[in-house]
Amino acid sequence: MYNNEDNNGERKPLVVVSELKKYYPVKGLNIGKNTPVIHAVDGVNLEIYEGETLGIVGESGCGKSTIGRQIVALEKPTSGRVIYQGETLSDMPFGCLRKIRTHIQMVFQDSTSSLNPRKQVYDILAAPMLYHGIVEKEGLNAEVNRLLDLVGLPKSMKYRYPHEFSGGQRQRIGIAKALSVKPRLIVCDEPVSALDVSVQAQILNLLKQLQDELKLTYVFISHGLGAVRYVSSRIAIMYLGRIVEIADTQELFDDPIHPYTQALFDASPLPVPKLRGRQRIVLKGDIPSSVNIPSGCRFHTRCPYAIESCRINDPELISVEGSKGHKAACPVLMAQRSE
Amino acid sequence: MEHLLRVENLSIAFVEEKKQNVVVDKVNFSVKSGEVLCIVGESGCGKSVTALSILGLLGPNAHIIEGSIILDGKDLLKMSEKEIDKIRGNEVTMVFQDVMNSLNPVLTIGNQLTEVIHIHMGYDKKRAAEYAVKMLKKVGLPDAEAVMKKYPHMLSGGMQQRVMIAMALACGPKLIIADEPTTALDVTIQLQIMKLLVELQKEFHMSIVLITHDIGLVAELADKVIIMYAGQFVEETSVYRLFEHPAHPYTRALLESVPCIYDDPYKKLTSIPGTVPEYYQDIEGCRFYERCKYSVLACKQEQTYSEFKEGHFVRCHRAEKGEIPFV
Repeated sequence: MYNNEDNNGERKPLVVVSELKKYYPVKGLNIGKNTPVIHAVDGVNLEIYEGETLGIVGESGCGKSTIGRQIVALEKPTSGRVIYQGETLSDMPFGCLRKIRTHIQMVFQDSTSSLNPRKQVYDILAAPMLYHGIVEKEGLNAEVNRLLDLVGLPKSMKYRYPHEFSGGQRQRIGIAKALSVKPRLIVCDEPVSALDVSVQAQILNLLKQLQDELKLTYVFISHGLGAVRYVSSRIAIMYLGRIVEIADTQELFDDPIHPYTQALFDASPLPVPKLRGRQRIVLKGDIPSSVNIPSGCRFHTRCPYAIESCRINDPELISVEGSKGHKAACPVLMAQRSE
Repeated sequence: MEHLLRVENLSIAFVEEKKQNVVVDKVNFSVKSGEVLCIVGESGCGKSVTALSILGLLGPNAHIIEGSIILDGKDLLKMSEKEIDKIRGNEVTMVFQDVMNSLNPVLTIGNQLTEVIHIHMGYDKKRAAEYAVKMLKKVGLPDAEAVMKKYPHMLSGGMQQRVMIAMALACGPKLIIADEPTTALDVTIQLQIMKLLVELQKEFHMSIVLITHDIGLVAELADKVIIMYAGQFVEETSVYRLFEHPAHPYTRALLESVPCIYDDPYKKLTSIPGTVPEYYQDIEGCRFYERCKYSVLACKQEQTYSEFKEGHFVRCHRAEKGEIPFV
């Protein structure tokens, strides 16, 4: 149906994020001063290809959710563009954006507050389909049944209210709601973080299975490396509003280059008690505030390999020699590698 | 090693609309001095309630039905509120998950910390303040004097948690109860706090009871692990044995359902079907029956919690006989 390869057989991206910046003013009174701004996303370039799952990983406040919100066009970027199939989302009039909503959907972390507590599941799922004219009234019931079946909930539950479900089931409804308009791209913002461990695996497996069945493209935002690795084909690591490394999942885990990526891997606890004495990077200090971003490389204040020039030069994402699509923003370690 | 804390046959119920709902069902465990015990379970399994009961911090609707909590030979449940006050904060302290709500937002860190030291150790204001600065340095806060003058909201989550740990350590407790101390923190900060806890635990030779749902954290920190499901202990053993020879089907499923960054990437995660039962006191027999791959008819009978190998307890008749295949 969609032509996702151009004449040369190269993959064409579904979404291109270019030089994206999003600043938020800091709330509160700031009389007589310039309002300080939070640099949530500060110059991000990304391509999302049809059929892939792009994982975005980072700690709180690194801007990963903000990118997600820009891709779904929930907010207008401060500068830069999100281009969906050649069209810039921020330039679109409302009518066109409405059409785009049926292409790009979102699954939220907090399934409780993203479902209307006063509506039955049937209405929650039916409303977007009627609004966007996906089905006629006669076919609605069958369609709701199909959606529930797709996410593994029994049809009999469709007249229940959201509070009657467990967290995992509610997240399934959230996914069904996103699927109801037959989207091509779904942005999943921490979809399993609020769930119990034993239920997380259910949702991750469901997302994978739906991707195979419906040929979906995902942007999977999470702080849990294990979960991201499990579902993603490509992963971007973010720190303070920038991507510091991006690569295919396997490549990234086999050969992490950026010191922050390495530290992040080291910091995730391993379920192997024998390895507890292992060597690992323990980062000093806290994540700097995104209001006053450090000069030069944003990571230099915590980086164990930082040298003088890191304080001054703001590194760019550079392709790693001899790799396909692996990019990192650490000139120091990359120079060491090529020696 | 001497048992510092022994909890025997403890049952706790919540009273809701005249109905008793047993949330912790006859649990037995002990903590040796210098030991790190992890209690693992999903939300609603009763792990936090068990922990809170040790310090007598249960809410008014919670009711201890039976059992005893013996610290250093004294039964805490038979003590008066005054006597418990002496133990709470001195011998046993607590670190909570939600630091933002456990620190007072309108008092400075210095105020709160010196108050604790003043009350529990009887130091005068000046000496207490000096000691507070020393404790803040101990937990790795740079510029401790400046931190003393700050309010909680001026500190990051990691720093707040360090302050909480300083407060918990101030009076040289024998036992720290940590209820999900790093859950609200980012992973790189979590690693810092974990390292800090381990170092301080060795230095002060304390015991720690760590409540968590994070299997990874257990592997990194614990000496002994207890797995809790629906108000009951289902397995208890040393951390090494648990990860090599998990016995209970729930433990195994739990270990298999956690995505690990060094797993085979093509391996499918095994998920546990269904959800944790919400009201579990009336379930007959094994409470994991509905979700278990290996359940047979005999599982509907009351399961005993027995030591089937030395130091390894399990509540599953099939696991005892070695009938659960190990993947």
